[in-house]
Amino acid sequence: MVNPLEITEMEDVVVRFSGDSGDGMQLAGNIFSTVSATVGNSISTFPDFPADIRAPQGSLTGVSGFQVHIGSCQVYTPGDLCDVLVAMNAAALKTQYRYAKPSAAIIIDTDSFGPNDLKKAEFQTADYLGEMGIDPDRVIACPLTQMVKDCLSDSGMDVKAMMKCRNMFALGLVCWLFDRDLDIAFNFLRDKFAKKPAVAEANIKVIRAGYDYGHNTHSSVAGVRRIETRNKVPGRYMDITGNKATAYGLIAAAEKAGLKLYLGSYPITPATDILHELSKHKSLRVTTVQCEDEIAGCASAVGASFAGALACTSTSGPGICLKSEAINLAVIMELPLVVIDVQRGGPATGLPTKSEQTDLLQVLYGRNGESPMPVIAATSPTDCFDAAYNACKIALEHMTPVVLLTDGYVANGSGALRLPELDRMPDINPPFVPEDLRGSWTPYMRADNGTRYWAVPGREGFEHILGGLEKDCNTGAISTNPENHDLMTRLRQQKVENITVPDLEVLGDKDDAELLIVGFGGTYGHLHAAMDELRAQGHKVALAHLKYINPLPANTSEVLRKYGKVVVAEQNMGQLAGYLRMKVDGFVPHQYNEVKGQPFNVATLVSEFTELINR
Amino acid sequence: MEYTNKDFSKGKPRWCPGCGDHFFLASLHKAMAEIGVAPKDIAVISGIGCSSRLPHYMATYGMNTIHGRAAAIATGCKVANPDLTVWQISGDGDGLAIGGNHFIHANRRNINLNMILLNNRIYGLTKGQYSPTSPRGFVSKSSPYGTVEDPFRPAELCFGARGHFFARAVATDAPGTIEVLKAAYRHRGASVCEILQNCVIFNDGTHESVYSKEGRAKNAIYLRQGEKMLFGENNEFGLAQDGFGLKIVSADDPSVLVHDAHCEDSTLQLKLAEMEAPFPLALGVIRDVDAPTYDDCVTAQIEEVKAKKKYHNFAELLETNDIWTVE
Repeated sequence: MVNPLEITEMEDVVVRFSGDSGDGMQLAGNIFSTVSATVGNSISTFPDFPADIRAPQGSLTGVSGFQVHIGSCQVYTPGDLCDVLVAMNAAALKTQYRYAKPSAAIIIDTDSFGPNDLKKAEFQTADYLGEMGIDPDRVIACPLTQMVKDCLSDSGMDVKAMMKCRNMFALGLVCWLFDRDLDIAFNFLRDKFAKKPAVAEANIKVIRAGYDYGHNTHSSVAGVRRIETRNKVPGRYMDITGNKATAYGLIAAAEKAGLKLYLGSYPITPATDILHELSKHKSLRVTTVQCEDEIAGCASAVGASFAGALACTSTSGPGICLKSEAINLAVIMELPLVVIDVQRGGPATGLPTKSEQTDLLQVLYGRNGESPMPVIAATSPTDCFDAAYNACKIALEHMTPVVLLTDGYVANGSGALRLPELDRMPDINPPFVPEDLRGSWTPYMRADNGTRYWAVPGREGFEHILGGLEKDCNTGAISTNPENHDLMTRLRQQKVENITVPDLEVLGDKDDAELLIVGFGGTYGHLHAAMDELRAQGHKVALAHLKYINPLPANTSEVLRKYGKVVVAEQNMGQLAGYLRMKVDGFVPHQYNEVKGQPFNVATLVSEFTELINR
Repeated sequence: MEYTNKDFSKGKPRWCPGCGDHFFLASLHKAMAEIGVAPKDIAVISGIGCSSRLPHYMATYGMNTIHGRAAAIATGCKVANPDLTVWQISGDGDGLAIGGNHFIHANRRNINLNMILLNNRIYGLTKGQYSPTSPRGFVSKSSPYGTVEDPFRPAELCFGARGHFFARAVATDAPGTIEVLKAAYRHRGASVCEILQNCVIFNDGTHESVYSKEGRAKNAIYLRQGEKMLFGENNEFGLAQDGFGLKIVSADDPSVLVHDAHCEDSTLQLKLAEMEAPFPLALGVIRDVDAPTYDDCVTAQIEEVKAKKKYHNFAELLETNDIWTVE
């Protein structure tokens, strides 16, 4: 039945596209977010893919999802639950329905709910909606596959090629639901398939068919929803994932420092896209070496650093285990190195495609000997750019390896990045050994801030040998002298402590919060959203979110001790809480810990924190 | 500019008196002086082990790194700065046991490194355990009843990894060592030099049959490009093909082989490299074949892409994305 068309204005909306991992849900989701961002909506996305590359078609394990949150004002997370769920087959409905709000509209392709499909999705009866307890009035059930076939019947495409366009029909329908401008989607497709114009046009035709279907039927649950844009920060923007933003941060830093960028890496989920991205940009002199193992990835970067490059290695937790020895070599040789750890579920192989914050203590302490090393944690996909840039700046200016922590959620999620201007980024000045020290220079001579000078091979008069053995602080020769080792240990420690990082900012009710939430890295959006919600409910709440973990901001102790009730919320069993307790005298926080491999759920956080406030 | 040994030498080596490393170090200094690359443009990179102390006695740039990783570290160094001449120094444990993976991949990639393998068939620094080049049945502290495993033959490993250069010298033979070091430098690509070297403390006499000049005259053959394969105290013998193998013939036999290190097919070179008594031990440059090097190809690819792509700095890179303006 067809209702009169309504247009409802909404603050924000969450759409989740789901289907078989071969159904192109990531592409549909990407296009929808780009279309929305282009009109100025705030966006936050989260792709949720299965670990299997191609699980059996239609099976429960093969379902791939892409969630996008669009808002008229700032959105901080991809959203807990969706307002619209697109389920391209029975398995998708079965596994993804739990991410839908009770009021959500559900779009299904009835052609993918045949007896076989239902069996593969482990439905017991033909009444799949009844089995799931879904109200049929909320479902837009359309014979999507057949309509795509009809739409492309005169295209000369074979059925297999036609089926690849099904995602575009769903996209068209969603674009109608949210009154999106199709031209932006068309341009995106013409760009993406620039070399295959026929494919682009077929996709465009199907999007339009999906849009028209929505327009012509706008059945029960429909009605167009409009997300206007408010609080716009003027500027030029692009949609960027965390991994791509990390790669861009490295490129920007290398250019600013005037150094060649070198990445030694080994493929590992969810970090590989950094290698993919950097390997494209040879026209910027970026050198990437896909090494024989994680060890060589890091070891070759140490070699490149010695040779005078901005050297990086990218990996995830299991790779950090293998790189630790070479990282430690950079610690004792005092060479710059940026180690990117895109955290995933552990231990061991763990949950490769899922996200956790469980590597914190590993990167802080997981090496032999006293091995102080700066650690920075990126807070959002777009923040990966700044975090990577600053990791490079610290590494180069303080002659030390630096760990940049991101996670699967931040790395694969995306946001709108305001285009950075390199001229306005802070300078990067490595401590190259001054020419006038020629003749008197020894390898462990230090500048005023305790940093060892950098003598890059090729400079006459500065030939020297570094190494993994302890060195005499004056001569640079191998030394086992007990006093010297004690001194060198302290000098390396002091060098890291001397690094200046920005103060810890307190957001929300900074003067009179009844609860201070403390987090680090990728949970920023969820903790911020939880704080906003609690404050909207009338609670006094503040958030102190750490980005610099080592060294800690100078005001950390002051901030943490200021509030009566503090909760450290993290996706591990309490690693940050334990670290802060060690660093801040008398600090005894409450803890909220979750290790599910999934982003925090804002509603859960709100309920947990409310209970804490009322306790 | 003319250099002497002293321009490359620094410090006082702390190896045991009589250690083969002393002989090798002196030859390396001399070879470098003859090659003529300035110390500022050389990086000498080692792993861990007795022989890996070597960079500390060089007046060049260098690193004495971590166990087994010298080839990987040298790889990054060379790729990041192709203008450097990079020498990688490893022992048989460093290069073929813990560092075996990096050894084969450096050869496969054909990175322009001079890879020195100081082979004394023993772990010296940890005080006498068998190494991956110790012969089957070798008795050591960690194999009191003899090993029950076969050793690697470095040439076989190098060729198996598609290596394009392999040479062998005896540490006490300065002219022979200098000759292969210079050839390794001249060869563009991964150049493996196996240096047979004696550990006076834990494996004394392991290369005894060729360690003295007299021994080499009797038990070794110097292979030289384009020359007949003759050996013996008076060059009275020659090597000839025998079916799929080799045989010893008299020097005047018309079937005596002529050495061709440049031959792409490594079959015969491998036969020569693996000769054992009663055959003579092969010394000199056994294989030396031109092939594209990894570092050259990386540089060439960067130039090629630079010419093709329209963006050459960060600001231009940003513009390659879908951008929208919020006003």
